[in-house]
Amino acid sequence: MLVVVDYGLGNLRSVKKALEKAGAEVVISSEPSMLEMADGIVLPGVGAFRDGMENLSELSECIKREAEHGKPLLGICLGMQMLLTESEEGGVYEGLDIIPGKVVRFESKGNNRDNKIPHMGWNSIKIKENHWILDGVEDNSYFYFVHSYYARVASSYEVASCTYITDFSAVIATKNVVGTQFHPEKSGDTGLRILHNFVRECRR
Amino acid sequence: MLTKRIIPCLDVTYGESGACVVKGIHFVKLREAGDPVELAKRYNEEGADELVFLDITASHEGRETMVDVIERTADEVFIPLTVGGGIDSLSDIQKILRAGADKVSINTAAVKHKEFVREASRVFGSQCIVVAIDCRSNTNFSGSGVKNEVIREDGKKVWYEVVIYGGRKPTGIDALWWAQEVERLGAGEILLTSMDRDGTCDGYDIPITREMSEFVGIPIIASGGAGSPHHIYEAFTKGKADAALAASIFHYGEYTIREVKEYLMERGIPVRL
Repeated sequence: MLVVVDYGLGNLRSVKKALEKAGAEVVISSEPSMLEMADGIVLPGVGAFRDGMENLSELSECIKREAEHGKPLLGICLGMQMLLTESEEGGVYEGLDIIPGKVVRFESKGNNRDNKIPHMGWNSIKIKENHWILDGVEDNSYFYFVHSYYARVASSYEVASCTYITDFSAVIATKNVVGTQFHPEKSGDTGLRILHNFVRECRR
Repeated sequence: MLTKRIIPCLDVTYGESGACVVKGIHFVKLREAGDPVELAKRYNEEGADELVFLDITASHEGRETMVDVIERTADEVFIPLTVGGGIDSLSDIQKILRAGADKVSINTAAVKHKEFVREASRVFGSQCIVVAIDCRSNTNFSGSGVKNEVIREDGKKVWYEVVIYGGRKPTGIDALWWAQEVERLGAGEILLTSMDRDGTCDGYDIPITREMSEFVGIPIIASGGAGSPHHIYEAFTKGKADAALAASIFHYGEYTIREVKEYLMERGIPVRL
């Protein structure tokens, strides 16, 4: 059983349905006991960093503890950004600090009309490292992105990158914790492949 | 590389047999074109980058039908879904996002009460607020108010006036000014429809598309007038649009999305194939 963390934001239905399509049994919950019971945790996310962290509040410790114990954890978009140490979105705010790194805003260069923000649409990723989350995903595959801020992490945590205005992390990972800047639940069959890989890892 | 998006639009209305899809010719004469969920699935398989559903009745029955259509679509189609048509409250938006949509498109309600755009983007995030701007060229520059000059394709100097209620009511508002205003209020994207072209299949209105795309820093979806793959090519090259929305050319099977994308790719436009 997988838990999609409900912290009051966003379209959770799509994440749930896509995980089910990828073969999982899914519960949407904000109960620490459910997170403890789960085989894996998905931290979805749209919206602002500060609101997201505020809404997580006491769940933060639970998520960190479960991740430290080796439970698979997948952060999507804002959910990925919240895995990091801090964000500069609307001030400086602390994240979960599961993966060391920082969330920064895209700086539009020159004529910003050629570099629109948000970065919105399908972009290709460059695979840097082998990781179970990318099993069966070809280099240069397309995924759906929507974001104005991006993650800056040490290269040892970056398993795939993307280029828009600058090079940034598309997928970050440790052994059991993964973050995708794109929305796998909105990236068609390739996105479902990522979710399938996560579901498989949760069964191990 | 960030690709240009091809977005089929499904105009959804409420028929006796449940929801059906129709596409308007100048928003007035309507012709039926199939089941929305089935069409959505087909477009996804053909490689659509996103889908837009417009509830063109925007009645109470229409809204309930729409929620059902969104739920059934979102359960099977895993690409971004935008829903528009008569949305004028935060609770409308919440209902639609809960059903599985990723973005909502706001039109008349934004013009009538522009703080709605600010509230909606603050509550749900800019990324899910699309402001739809319907406009029509106007040669009359008399009277007060901002009127940004645009050279129409026939060489005439015009300004583009925002129209609401499906194009029936002119507002006196300059479309380019309005685009910057909604960007400032927090819109994440603009869906631009030129009523000069909507339903004509004569091609997008390139001058206003290009002007607006250069006027704002958020993505522009060109809409209204697509009749061939070349029209879509022009929306991206001459019009500088970030995405192109089309209905008729896909609904009636004149071109598949894949054919359009292959056409674009052969001519150097980045697309997801």
